Amino acid sequence: MQFDSFADFIHMGGYAFYVWLSFGVTFGAMCIIAIQSYVKHKALLNAVIADKARKARIERARQNEKRS
Amino acid sequence: MWKWLHPYAKTERAYQLCITLQPWLWVGAILCLSIGTVWGLAFAPQDYQQGDSFRIIYIHVPSAILSMSTYVAMAIAALVGMVWQWRTAYMTMIAMAPIGAALTFIALFTGAAWGKPMWGAWWVWDARLTSELILLFLYIGVIALYGAFEDKQQAGKAAGVMALVGVVNIPIIHYSVEWWNTLHQGATISKFDNPSIAPEMLWPLLINLLGFAFFIGAVTTIRLRNEIVLREQHRPWVQALAEQALLPHKTRER
Repeated sequence: MQFDSFADFIHMGGYAFYVWLSFGVTFGAMCIIAIQSYVKHKALLNAVIADKARKARIERARQNEKRS
Repeated sequence: MWKWLHPYAKTERAYQLCITLQPWLWVGAILCLSIGTVWGLAFAPQDYQQGDSFRIIYIHVPSAILSMSTYVAMAIAALVGMVWQWRTAYMTMIAMAPIGAALTFIALFTGAAWGKPMWGAWWVWDARLTSELILLFLYIGVIALYGAFEDKQQAGKAAGVMALVGVVNIPIIHYSVEWWNTLHQGATISKFDNPSIAPEMLWPLLINLLGFAFFIGAVTTIRLRNEIVLREQHRPWVQALAEQALLPHKTRER
């Protein structure tokens, strides 16, 4: 360990703002792109199911129309 | 020689490969990034000139190196798409573009936050910084060009040409510190025979570099899967997959 105490570690030899800003933004950006990718994945799969259900509904309506 | 590769041009095979690789890539990314970051932040020795501010190197250098590597990978995917007419290759290209853009942003941002205490300025129009900024614009250009076409096959070709032309920027970024007098320091770790960095500082850097690479791989796999679902949404296998993923109880009942 290069630092004497936890407070010393947070202080980063006077460069706390720059060091923690860099690490915060880096891991923040990485989290955002990862989470966005997963949220999009879920939304796409939902859209596929919704589209399939819609097509089935249209098909059913068409069959009903033919019968009546 | 490359024949083993051809089945993966099929979207279904590529999708399966992504699913197989993804957990390993995530394990590698989280493991390497946590080890490298904690080591770099808390255990690596201070720099004798820059004090603790040099610790930004542990994210700045990996993201900068990999922003270029990702661009090259993207351009190779574009080339494969053009030569072999693989739709999957274009999908891979566009899956990687936002990740590369994010890495370039990280490299620029951490560079600014490092430059402020060391050079006294957040930004200077230096050769290295400017060429890296152009890299960000190239990524954004590829994404925007791809988005501008309704027909995604056309979009892939157009964005692919742009990605290939943009490769010329990569050696410019790499050699900018040699070709021009810049404020940016020269290469540190790419001189493998004689790296100008102490080993106890180098190890966490290499581990983080590996961690970032794993992370890029992990996010590429999920984004490629997204691209495949989007483009193949009318295929039965994608519909079956969506049902299996979202409605597991229903499929079991059947």
